[in-house]
Amino acid sequence: MSLDESISHQSLLKVKVWRGKEDGQWMNYEVPARENQTVLDVVSEIQRKLEPGLAYRYACRVGVCGSCAMTVNGKPRWTCRTHVKKVSGTGELTIEPLRNLPRIKDLVCDLAPFIDTWQKAGAPFSGIQTRHQEPAKVDPGSKARKAADAGLQCINCAVCYSACDVVSWDKDYIGPAGLNRAWTLINDARHGKRAETFNKAFGEGGCGSCHSQGNCTRHCPIGLSPSESITGLKKSALFGLPKV
Amino acid sequence: MHPLRNHKSYVAAFGHRVSGIALILFLPFHFWLLGSALGGADELDSLLKYSELPLIKLAEWGLVMFLGLHLLFGIRILFLEFTDWPSFKSKEADKRAGHLVNLVVPATIFVLIIGFIFLIQAW
Repeated sequence: MSLDESISHQSLLKVKVWRGKEDGQWMNYEVPARENQTVLDVVSEIQRKLEPGLAYRYACRVGVCGSCAMTVNGKPRWTCRTHVKKVSGTGELTIEPLRNLPRIKDLVCDLAPFIDTWQKAGAPFSGIQTRHQEPAKVDPGSKARKAADAGLQCINCAVCYSACDVVSWDKDYIGPAGLNRAWTLINDARHGKRAETFNKAFGEGGCGSCHSQGNCTRHCPIGLSPSESITGLKKSALFGLPKV
Repeated sequence: MHPLRNHKSYVAAFGHRVSGIALILFLPFHFWLLGSALGGADELDSLLKYSELPLIKLAEWGLVMFLGLHLLFGIRILFLEFTDWPSFKSKEADKRAGHLVNLVVPATIFVLIIGFIFLIQAW
């Protein structure tokens, strides 16, 4: 039995994929349902066999780079780490670009506004020592270092930014990832602009706009908690910056 | 409901906002009514007689319920922001984020029942 014949005996997965930009349309495809199949596998199969012009992003395919993030059945996910069986309860998939970002083509969105929010949150690290000085001694068990470590693994995939309703309502809102980054810097003894970072993170569009819906924490693919970082920023407004 | 909004924390945040807006709309009327007492008891009484109307009683009951809801959802926020609430720290946030709502919802129902008893008695 050839590969094509074996596939013809398999059940088919119905997939709706967004084509075009904001004024695009849904297109329907059918791909073989396989035993082990990620959503990224499905998108790749559509692009290679059914729709060569389909635009989408991916790189590592193993949950390291975050570039394959898309909206799957209404929720933002890393498609490479999302098993089809986990999300296609009805036997159907809908795949579209991440929410809250301008669409470029098909499943590709423009991440520039998301990256800009990091700058708005005062995110660039600003060292205070030169190479001629001893490295700073940071106690890994201190409360501040633990708080910084808790948020440091963010890889800028924009899943939390896409999941956040406040971002969709308020275009001035920095969003969960930028505020999480600001919180890690505020807890970093080596950062020379802790007060400036806090002022930006607490300023217009900052942590005060968060509604505590928890969508960011709920959807973070690596289990970070931007919600907790934002509550840390809010507490700093009352009690002052954390001791580092 | 949108898949991103189909969870308890969203319902709590939404309820908090809607009840807050309702209170903002109500409070100016409330203070205007109280302020009328400055013009004498007769002026206040002339306005208070409208509170005997069933529709006004129902509206007052609703507003007190909104106040109760806003208080309870506000307590939820204070818990999340001033305690090390586990749902904000864990990868199991999906399962645990609703715990506070599990406390707030029975409390809300309790407030609604008590308020309804008062409403019937006042009718």
